[in-house]
Amino acid sequence: MRSFARFYGAHPLHLLTMMCCFALWLAVIVVAGPQTFINTHVWWQSIAVWFIGAAVLHDMLLFPLYALADLSLRTGLRATRGLPIPKRTAVPIVNYVRLPVLGTGLTFLMFFPGIIKQGAFFYHNATGMTQDPFLHRWLLLVAAMFGTSALAYALRLALHARRTPAAHAHNQPPAATTTTQTASTAPDPA
Amino acid sequence: MTDAGDSAAPRPDPESVLGEEQSVGQGAPHDTEFSGRDPITAADGDGPESAPREGDAVVAEDSSPSQSDAVDADPDAVAARSDQASAEVDSPASDADSHTIAAGADDSDTVAEPLGAAPSAPSAGRSAPRHPLKVRERLLTLGSAISVLRDYQWPQLPFRSPIRGPWLTSVFGAVLLASLPIVIITGLLSWIAYGPRFGQAMPGDVGWLHLPVFDWPTRPSWLYRLTQGVHVGLGLILIPWVLAKLWSVIPKFFQLPPVRSPAQAVERISLLALVGGILFEIATGVLNIQYDYIFGFSFYTAHYWGAWVFISGFVVHVAVKLPTMVRSLRSRSFRSVLRTNRAYTVAEARDETGLVAQHPGPATISRRGAIGLVAGGSFFVTILTIGETTGGFLRGTAILLPRGRSYGNGPTDFQVNRTAVAAGLTPDQYSDGWRLKLTGGANLLSLSRPQLLAMEQHTVDLPIACVEGWSTVQTWTGVRLRDLAAAVGVQHMVSARVESFERFGAFKSVQFTAEQMLHPDSLLALLVNGVNLTIDHGFPARIMMPGIPGVHTTKWVETIEFRER
Repeated sequence: MRSFARFYGAHPLHLLTMMCCFALWLAVIVVAGPQTFINTHVWWQSIAVWFIGAAVLHDMLLFPLYALADLSLRTGLRATRGLPIPKRTAVPIVNYVRLPVLGTGLTFLMFFPGIIKQGAFFYHNATGMTQDPFLHRWLLLVAAMFGTSALAYALRLALHARRTPAAHAHNQPPAATTTTQTASTAPDPA
Repeated sequence: MTDAGDSAAPRPDPESVLGEEQSVGQGAPHDTEFSGRDPITAADGDGPESAPREGDAVVAEDSSPSQSDAVDADPDAVAARSDQASAEVDSPASDADSHTIAAGADDSDTVAEPLGAAPSAPSAGRSAPRHPLKVRERLLTLGSAISVLRDYQWPQLPFRSPIRGPWLTSVFGAVLLASLPIVIITGLLSWIAYGPRFGQAMPGDVGWLHLPVFDWPTRPSWLYRLTQGVHVGLGLILIPWVLAKLWSVIPKFFQLPPVRSPAQAVERISLLALVGGILFEIATGVLNIQYDYIFGFSFYTAHYWGAWVFISGFVVHVAVKLPTMVRSLRSRSFRSVLRTNRAYTVAEARDETGLVAQHPGPATISRRGAIGLVAGGSFFVTILTIGETTGGFLRGTAILLPRGRSYGNGPTDFQVNRTAVAAGLTPDQYSDGWRLKLTGGANLLSLSRPQLLAMEQHTVDLPIACVEGWSTVQTWTGVRLRDLAAAVGVQHMVSARVESFERFGAFKSVQFTAEQMLHPDSLLALLVNGVNLTIDHGFPARIMMPGIPGVHTTKWVETIEFRER
């Protein structure tokens, strides 16, 4: 048993559990019939393709896209600190950008059929209505999310300035700008 | 925090080579060893540590004398080697080394031979007694190759988030572990609500892959509204948690080498059922409630079988990872996390889960912030979706979903599921000439709408609860179905079949149990909220019954066929 575990890389119980999983897959395929999962006419409308595609799209497309977006955001924000723009505050803006962007992404991901009017025919059959209002509703929601975030950030800035009036004054002399730059990678005290 | 895994002193690499050559796959102990070594790399930088690593690889592969010498020059390595040699006189490693050094001495070509070819080249000129050694050596070379691949300092994607780690993953996992079974059970219940006993469940033939079948009860009247509202509503609310959970474990997807042991290979295949399953169920569900049938296959079939494959992945994942989850959750107190702000947020110690970043960057969000973000996203989705299920004043909050919309004020402002036009109805079908046909055994009865209205009327609040999760409660008035059964002389009903005059549709004809038909609140509804049904709501008459799925509240009823014992 020890040699098995050494070869296999885990306790035999692990293999038993996994076999249970695969047996269930086979049971599903046997009961439903393999043809259920394959569409021979339109390959991409196969259940199997969608099943695997869902995982692939998330891991290979959605994740890299949002990771890249976040990386760009952080790099961009870091880069602006190097520019001779007077740094006004120690309250980082990154999460005030992330939040509405995430909200926009999530609502689009969940409700895009209405927003881009996909499936209009069946929508009309089912409800007797059109999908016309969704795009502008969504855009207003997006506007509200960014607006709220901007407002919240403004409030945070105001609170921060009131609490630490010195911090505001400190960033004025050019000598202080360089110290802020080096300190920017370290966690902010607030 | 990177020092936390640094309990062992920097180990001489040759020792691990010696250890590895004795056994091909060392599995779990080896993994710990490997990940335990990484923080050292993190602390020292890549330079000094990676150089001996590469040398180590060369020693294992073709053991050129110069490389062996280089390693031997390290005093620690010498010590480790002599320890090993004294512990096991017959140490295969020392055999192999002495042999290859000898080979290198008398046949310089051997040194340059690629992996795998090395043992065969010198075998030609060897005497018989040494032959067994070479078989062994070949195995050892293979073993070394595997261990070298595993030990190789594979480039890893630069995941930097310091909050990624077993604790955060376990929090997300715990939320899903507590809630997904509810989504699973309510989904499987919906299959039963459709009436598998009458062959009405979808998909029809599922073998034993269903919950124990029972007759769907009529009490409480909001039963299907609850189960399906929870199924769809909770499923939607969990989307941010699912995405967060996947984010927290994504480094595992990109790790190199993709697998380190057969166990891991098998587990990764099972994870396709888990990850593909949950995303497939979400995708098909989300599209279906918005009438976007771009997937082309039957939603019921796909969602049901997808669920079973997901269940297989979910169950084994929980079985395998539950101990890790419990251990990780115990590793720090939730309250202390709630008190820790971004400035004090640091990465967890690197462990065998491989979730913690090798070179964590500074925190841009605290753990409490991240959990708050996901919980907030979940709450946001709740606001945008719950109105479909609750109806009432919350209905308008579902601004991006089909069923939050109004049909104008008035008694018939509630959701239409399928329009008369879509059902292919023509005005002559629902004109004054419409008759309700009742059959019970040999008896036949035909009733006009005025005749039905002249019968005893009953008024009741009942929900239409759709499989898509939306529901609406309205006040219905009409004739009790049991009165209609009595009118046609039916005494011992076992079931009844209701048929609509719609031209086509999957639910044109529906069968009900006697219990459902005889329930005092089961109606052939003629009015809603005190006014005539509109044509889209089922005029001249529709079925309303407590507890049933919305698609079974048959509209445009033409025939009711009572079946007796």
